[in-house]
Amino acid sequence: MEHVVIIGNGISGVTAARNIRKLSKKKITIISSESEYFFSRTALMYVFMGHMKMEHTQPYENDFWKKNNINLVFNHVKDINSETKTIYFSDETNLKFNTLIIASGSKPNRFGWPGQDLYGVFSLYSKSDLEKLEELAIGSKKAVVVGGGLIGIELVEMLFSRNIEVVFLVREKTFWNSVLPNEESLLLNRHILEHHVNLKVETTLDEIISDGFGNVKAIKTDSGEIIECDIVALTVGVSPNIEFLKNSSIDLGIGVKVNSLLETNVKDIYAIGDCAEQMKPNENRKNIEAVWYTGKMMGETVAQTICGKPMEYNPGNWFNSAKFFDIEYQTYGWVFAKPKENEAHFYWEHHSGKIAVRISYDKNNRKFLGINTFGIRMRHEFFDAILIEEKSVDFVMENLVKANFDPEFYKKYEKEITKLFTQQNLTLNI
Amino acid sequence: MNKTETNLSISAANGKLNTNQKLGLALGIIGLFIIVLSFLNINFQNTTIWLSISISSLLLGTYLYANGTYLYRPEGISNNNVFRSSLTNKGVFAWSIGIVLTLFYVALYWFPSYLGLGENGAPNKGVVGLFDPLSKLLNGKPASQWFVYGTLYTVAILGLGYKFIIKYRHNKYQLVRTISVMFFQLGFAFLLPEILEKLNPGKEYFAKDLKNMWPLNYYFFNDWHLKGLLNGGNLGLFMLVFGIAMIFIISPILTYFYGKRWYCSWVCGCGGLAETAGDSFRHLSSSTQKAWKIERWMIHSVLVFSFVTTIAVIFTFLSNNPELSIITKNQFIYGIVTFLIVFTGALYIFKRKDLDKDAIYTLISLCVIIIISLAINLYSNNQNILFVDSYKLREWYGFAIGSAFSGVIGVGFYPLLGNRVWCRFGCPMAAILGLQQRLFSKFRITTNGGQCISCGNCSTHCEMGIDVRSYAQKGENIVRSSCVGCGICSAVCPRGVLKLENASEKGRINSNDILLGNDVNLLDLINQK
Repeated sequence: MEHVVIIGNGISGVTAARNIRKLSKKKITIISSESEYFFSRTALMYVFMGHMKMEHTQPYENDFWKKNNINLVFNHVKDINSETKTIYFSDETNLKFNTLIIASGSKPNRFGWPGQDLYGVFSLYSKSDLEKLEELAIGSKKAVVVGGGLIGIELVEMLFSRNIEVVFLVREKTFWNSVLPNEESLLLNRHILEHHVNLKVETTLDEIISDGFGNVKAIKTDSGEIIECDIVALTVGVSPNIEFLKNSSIDLGIGVKVNSLLETNVKDIYAIGDCAEQMKPNENRKNIEAVWYTGKMMGETVAQTICGKPMEYNPGNWFNSAKFFDIEYQTYGWVFAKPKENEAHFYWEHHSGKIAVRISYDKNNRKFLGINTFGIRMRHEFFDAILIEEKSVDFVMENLVKANFDPEFYKKYEKEITKLFTQQNLTLNI
Repeated sequence: MNKTETNLSISAANGKLNTNQKLGLALGIIGLFIIVLSFLNINFQNTTIWLSISISSLLLGTYLYANGTYLYRPEGISNNNVFRSSLTNKGVFAWSIGIVLTLFYVALYWFPSYLGLGENGAPNKGVVGLFDPLSKLLNGKPASQWFVYGTLYTVAILGLGYKFIIKYRHNKYQLVRTISVMFFQLGFAFLLPEILEKLNPGKEYFAKDLKNMWPLNYYFFNDWHLKGLLNGGNLGLFMLVFGIAMIFIISPILTYFYGKRWYCSWVCGCGGLAETAGDSFRHLSSSTQKAWKIERWMIHSVLVFSFVTTIAVIFTFLSNNPELSIITKNQFIYGIVTFLIVFTGALYIFKRKDLDKDAIYTLISLCVIIIISLAINLYSNNQNILFVDSYKLREWYGFAIGSAFSGVIGVGFYPLLGNRVWCRFGCPMAAILGLQQRLFSKFRITTNGGQCISCGNCSTHCEMGIDVRSYAQKGENIVRSSCVGCGICSAVCPRGVLKLENASEKGRINSNDILLGNDVNLLDLINQK
C-alpha cells in the first residue's frame, strides 16, 4: 500500500492528511517534533493570556487520528534520502515512504544581534516557545518587544495580561506602516497608546546587554538609549524551517522550491504551507506566504494531486484578518500602503477614531480592487464575488449594506460612508 | 507621531485591587454578612432597615466592583486570566462557592425551616424572617422561603447583569439581550406575580409568572394547579389560556423567526441567571463529543419523562374532575394519540434527512411504546394511564428534575461544570425549543468564508459546550438544537467569523466549501440576501 508521509503537523500537513484520507485508503503518517497532537498555533497567545487551556487549541480530539487511521509519530527528522525514500530521525531510527509531503512550517528570524542567545531572549512560534515564555514571565518586571508586526503586537498584549511593563520598538513611523496606509496605521497607533503601551517608533534594536551571568539586563536602541529589561522578544518575521533538507537532493531557495502543482524537483516529494516557495506565484502574491488559510488551501490541493487528480494551487482573491488589542481588521482584495499609479483610495473614519473603511479602486475604469475594514466586520463571500466579477466601486457602494457582517443591533455606518463617497465623487467631477 | 512615553501606573493593571474594587467588595460582604447573621437567628430589631441595607449594599457593591474591574480598560473582550484564577478555574474559591450554593439549595428545597420558615402558622425567623417586610409590602403576606429565593435571584440577575453589561459594553447585542433578561426577571418573574397575588387575595395558589411556561413549569398541568387556575377567577382563567397559547402558538412562532434564543437567553429566568451570575463560568462547559452524547440522551429523556408525567396527571385530573373540564378523558387520550402520530409522521416525512438515524429510531419507537401503553390502559379502564400511579410519577419528577436537577446541580454546580448545566442536560423546555430550532427555524450562526483560524475561542467560551470551531473551520453554518443564541462565540472571535442571523431557510443546513476563488454568481448572491 502506498505510504504517504507528512513532515509537520501544522494546519497544512493536517489538512493534507485529512483530505487524503477522505479521498483514499493510503497509509498516512504525520511526523512532528513539536507536539504529539495538532493544535492551532494562532491560539498560543490566548493560552498565555488565560483565555484558554492548551487542550482547547486542539481542533480534533485525541482519538480522531486513530478513528481516521492516521498514524502520528512524535520524533525529529534529521535527514532525508530522496533516492532510497527514507527519513532519518535524530534518535537513529528511520521510516520509508512512497510519497512525501514537506510541511515543516517556519522558524522565527534572528538577525545576529549581539546578545541574542542570552537567557531572556525569545521568539514566539512554537509550543516550546510558549513554555519558555511561561518560565520567563515569572518574576519579570519589564520586557522589550522588537518588531512592529502582527506577532509583535500580540506579544505586547500577552505580556500586558501578566502585568509586565512593555516597551515596544517599531521601526516605522507608525505601527505596521509598511503594510497599512497612514490613516489606518495612525488609528492603530492611537489604540496601542490607549492601552498604555510604551511605544517607541522609528527605533530599532542595536544590542542586547548581558548582566554578566548569561541573562538579559538591558537593550540598547539605535539612538543609544539603554532600556533595562528582563525579557526581550524578537518578532522580526519568520523564514522556512528547512535545515533538515540541506543534505538532500531537494531544490532549496529560501524555502522548498515548488511548481504550481506543489511538486519539488524530486518525484513524489511535495512541499506545502509556510516552507514552500512558489517559483511562479500568482499576481501580487508573495512566493512564500505564511498565512493560515493558504496553508489550508495547499493541503487541500496537494491531497487532490496525490490522489490522482492533479490540481494547480490557485489561491484566488487575497484576504486576511487580524485583531490589534480590541480592534478587528479585515481585508479583501488588494489595498496597498501607497496607491499604485492607476489606483484611487477612498477613506472613511468614524469620529471615535476606532472604526474605518478604505476602498481601493481603479481610477480609469472604476473597478473595485480591495477594502480594508477596522472595527466593522464584512462578508467574505460578498467581496469574493465582487472581485471575481470585477464589479465597480460604485456597485460596491450601492450594495454595501449587504456586505455588513457585524452582530445584530450594531450601529450601521453604511449611510455615512456612502454619503462621504458621493460627496467626494461630486467634487472630483466638478 | 513622535516617540512617546506613557505613564504605566494605572489602577488594576498591576494585579492589585483598585479603590472601586475594594469598596465594592466591602459593601458586598456587608450585604451578605447581614444575611448570614440572620441565618444564625440573630433577631434584628428593625428588619426593614437591615434588609434594605443588605440588598442595597449587595447591589451597590456589585456596581462598584464591576466598574473597578472593567472600566479602567478600553472596551473589548476581557477574558484575561479566566483559566488562571481560583474562582473561574475550579480552584478553592470555586469549590467553596459551589458547596455553599449546593447546601443553600438543599436547605431551600427540603429543609426550609433551617432558613427560618415558620411552619404550621408559627412566625418566620432567621433569613425568611428578615425578608418579611418586603414580602408584606409586595404581596401582603409574610415571606416564604420561595420569596427569599426569588428576591436573592432577582438581586443576582440585576447586579451581575450590570456587571455583564459593563464587561461587554462594546457589544450592542449583549447590551440589549441583558437588559431584556433583567427586565423579565424583575418585572415578570418577581414584581408582577407578587402584586397580582396581593390584588387577588384569598384564592388558592397558582403560578402568575406569564413567561414560565410548561414544561419548564412542570406543575402547570398538575391537578392542584389546574384547580387553582380554574377557581382563580378571571386571572386564573387568563393564566390558563395564556399558558396554553404560549405552548402551542406564541412559542412556536417566535422560535420559527428568531430561534430558541428569544426564550433561553432573552426571557427565561434560568437562562437569565446563567447569563449574568453564571457568565464567569461559561468556559467550564465541556465541549467534548462525549459530553454532547450525554447531553442528547439526558435532555431528551427528561423531555419524555416530563411528557409522560404530564399525560398521566392530566388523565387523572380528567378522571377525577369531569365537572371542571370541557373534554373527557377519552377525548384527551385520542387527542394525544392523534398528536403523536401526526407529529412523528410529519417529522419522518418532511425532515428525516435533517435528523440522525438513531434520533429517528428513538423517536418512532418511543411514540409506538407510548401509544400502546395508552391503548392498553384506556381499554382496560385502568386509573393509571401509563401503568404507574400519576401522583408517584409527578412526585418523582418534582424531586429529581424540578428540585435536584434544576436547582442543586443546575446552579450549585455553576463554578464546576459551567453555567448552563440545567439548560443543556436537563431542561425539557430547551429540548422542545431545540428540536424546533433545528428543524423549523430561520435562526443560524453564519460563518464568514475562509477567515477562521481554528483558534478555538468560540468553542471554549460556548456555554452550551458546542464545538463551534468544528463548523466554523469548515465554513459551515451552525444549526444546533442546543444553541441558546447568547452571541458570545461571535463576540470572542478575533477574526469576525461568526454572525447570529435570522434568514431564509434555504441553504440553512449545508456545508459551504471554503472559498477557493470558485466562481460565484454575484447577482444570485445579492438577490438572495
